[in-house]
Amino acid sequence: MRNSLGLRSLIEEIGGVDQVGIDERVAKYATRSIKKHAKVFGLKLATTMVDLTTLEGKDTPGKVASLCQKALRPHDDSDIPPTAAVCVYPAMVKHAAKLLKGTSVKIASVATAFPSGQSSLKIRLAEVRAAVSDGADEIDMVINRGAFLAGELARVQDEISAVLEACGEATLKVILETSELETYDNIRAASFLAMRVLRPGDFIKTSTGKTSANATLGNNQVMLEAIRDHFLATGVEIAMKPAGGIRTAKEALHFLVAVKETLGDAWLNQDRYRFGASALLNDLVRQMVKEKTGVYQAPYTFSESTTAY
Amino acid sequence: MHSPKRTARPVARELLFGNLWEYDAAPESSPAFIDASYGLFIGGKWVAPKTRKTFYSISPRNEEKLSEIALAGAADVDAAYQAAAKAFPAWSKLPGSERAKYLFRIARLLQDRAREFAVAETLDGGKPIKESRDFDLPMAAAHFFYHAGWADKLNYVTPGRVLEPLGVVGQVIPWNFPLLMLAWKLAPALATGNTVVIKPAETTSITALKFASILQDAGLPPGVINIVTGAGDTGAAVVNHPLAAKIAFTGSTAVGKSIQRALAGTGKRLTLELGGKAANIVFEDAPIDQAVEGIINGIFFNQGHVCCAGSRLLVQESIANQVLSKLKIRMKSLRTGDPLDKNTDVGAINSRAQLDRIHELVASGVAEGAELYQPVCELPHKGFYFPPTLFSKVSQSHRIARDEIFGPVLSILTFRTPEEAIEKANNTHYGLSAGVWTDKGSLILKMSNELKAGVVWANSYNKFDPSSPFGGYKESGFGREGGKQGLLDYAKLKATF
Repeated sequence: MRNSLGLRSLIEEIGGVDQVGIDERVAKYATRSIKKHAKVFGLKLATTMVDLTTLEGKDTPGKVASLCQKALRPHDDSDIPPTAAVCVYPAMVKHAAKLLKGTSVKIASVATAFPSGQSSLKIRLAEVRAAVSDGADEIDMVINRGAFLAGELARVQDEISAVLEACGEATLKVILETSELETYDNIRAASFLAMRVLRPGDFIKTSTGKTSANATLGNNQVMLEAIRDHFLATGVEIAMKPAGGIRTAKEALHFLVAVKETLGDAWLNQDRYRFGASALLNDLVRQMVKEKTGVYQAPYTFSESTTAY
Repeated sequence: MHSPKRTARPVARELLFGNLWEYDAAPESSPAFIDASYGLFIGGKWVAPKTRKTFYSISPRNEEKLSEIALAGAADVDAAYQAAAKAFPAWSKLPGSERAKYLFRIARLLQDRAREFAVAETLDGGKPIKESRDFDLPMAAAHFFYHAGWADKLNYVTPGRVLEPLGVVGQVIPWNFPLLMLAWKLAPALATGNTVVIKPAETTSITALKFASILQDAGLPPGVINIVTGAGDTGAAVVNHPLAAKIAFTGSTAVGKSIQRALAGTGKRLTLELGGKAANIVFEDAPIDQAVEGIINGIFFNQGHVCCAGSRLLVQESIANQVLSKLKIRMKSLRTGDPLDKNTDVGAINSRAQLDRIHELVASGVAEGAELYQPVCELPHKGFYFPPTLFSKVSQSHRIARDEIFGPVLSILTFRTPEEAIEKANNTHYGLSAGVWTDKGSLILKMSNELKAGVVWANSYNKFDPSSPFGGYKESGFGREGGKQGLLDYAKLKATF
């Protein structure tokens, strides 16, 4: 077992992060002016990157079915592409599978005692295996934040490895739960812990969406830079998923600007970048329809809209 | 390791910053309302120059004429001084709280018309619209707000002592931050009760002239601020006028020295804010990505037309390669081009003359054996542009390590120990600013104590605040602008017992 010296020496090895500097850097992304074709391209790209998510106690097979339909066909306009995946609880995977198997839309399932991860490893692994055998293409796991903050870095990493093995062919997304790690130094350290055992194409992900603070341009940037440094050092391409809190198309474009200017063109696709979101999809659709017709449509024009008047 | 099917491809480990998602042109479309011609602003009125001469201000973004500007001669400058002298008694006797009202009004009017002024600044000077919009204009307004706050509190600057105004102040300002430098100069002068004759740089007169309309709208008494335009001869007339109680100059060290010579024995007060060749010092324990961002910001902000630009990067040898490669990656996503485009990071070089100077110094760097790097970028065909440039393998004796280039050109030197960093940083005629990047607080304090520079930024660069005094050591000048200390350069201190 490592003590907190382990964390300090890891940070020393990978380099620390200055919070003021990161916040200043990301403020510039929000000043990029994305117009005309670039806007349409960005909106479409963002749509293909959405992991359309429902993670509620009140989820039912019926709710999941309508989510799947929405993911396959976000709007009547067939120019608007399907999303990357739907993201559901393990119990809902088999219901999603009925509608999505054989389509381009992947089934992602949170597992490992989401969102807290506070269960025994055995149970967490069993949950992963169950979700995969029910048809999940992708597993969104949570790291053991308690172990991380207690300085047990090896344990955090071993658990990620164990989950990875339980995934088999399924893609793994490792949720760091950035708001509980709190500092950018910790977020960078946790990113490296995960990336060093992940396969190319596996993801690191900001948050569960279940705490007060979720994806921000700041933690997104810290993780993108970690991915870049890991890639330049090893050649391994790790993917990224900010989740929670990105509700508007405009915000999504700012996140994509960060990807474009930090990792470049090779990460501007759904295999390398995703948005964990629900309300975002309809705003993307709304903006795309506006670009086409020149006017904003009423919220009720869009299926599954939760905004009404 | 875990899944044999998905192992790392033996890829060339290079990031591709291509055109998969190219931003469309996003030109700022707000009008700048630039008049076809401008006279001189003397005694609250527009007057034609007695020289009957004019010159054109052109836009460095495309070399098109923007406006015809009056060329002030000695007689015009004299008229401006007479107007300022006439306005001085009433203005200086106004209660501070009344002068504050004018300053607050000017600040608010500047905010109201910020976009228009930002566009004018970008058209005339070539700086990216995002900088004039997000930096120059807000900061100019902030200086008026800050000094408005001081105007009625002058008795508390040095408690128990009285600050008295100097009289008529002559001010000559540069072309890199035309409106902001005007604000830096005018705000403290007015707050302390002086009247002013100010001359903007000949390539960037427009925002100063537009500013005259703000003075009119604010109802500033005629003659309190007089604006004369022209080049070096006009500047000399401003500097040498017998009515001037003080000269404030921002510009090159060579001109600053000649002003100091001319003023010797005249009894005029003088403050000089001159050139710089700032060291930006990066230690091995620094947060590298943020340091890289700070280096980029330090040298490419305003195309490097910044007297405090971090133009000498001193990087610890152990991390030199890492920093260099990260700098190169970062430079690939810098966008150089039309300054009016909202996505432009590096705009146009201010003038043909400055572009020629940059070319000459860069050529000397190559000739002296430094290693040049410029990212691939397509520059506009018309206008004055220079790509972001860095030189590695630079040594202390290279011209590019000693002369102020005043362009988007970074010279990279290395050091091994803090002592060596201090020696190299201080091994320059200049001493305006410096940057220190390290995670170690005590090292920041040690460096700050040892660096011969008026401003030291720790883990940041190019940070400005009206409340912070700005000014240099050595040949970077003397006097301070901003803060409580800046007020003292516009006042006589009187102790009454």
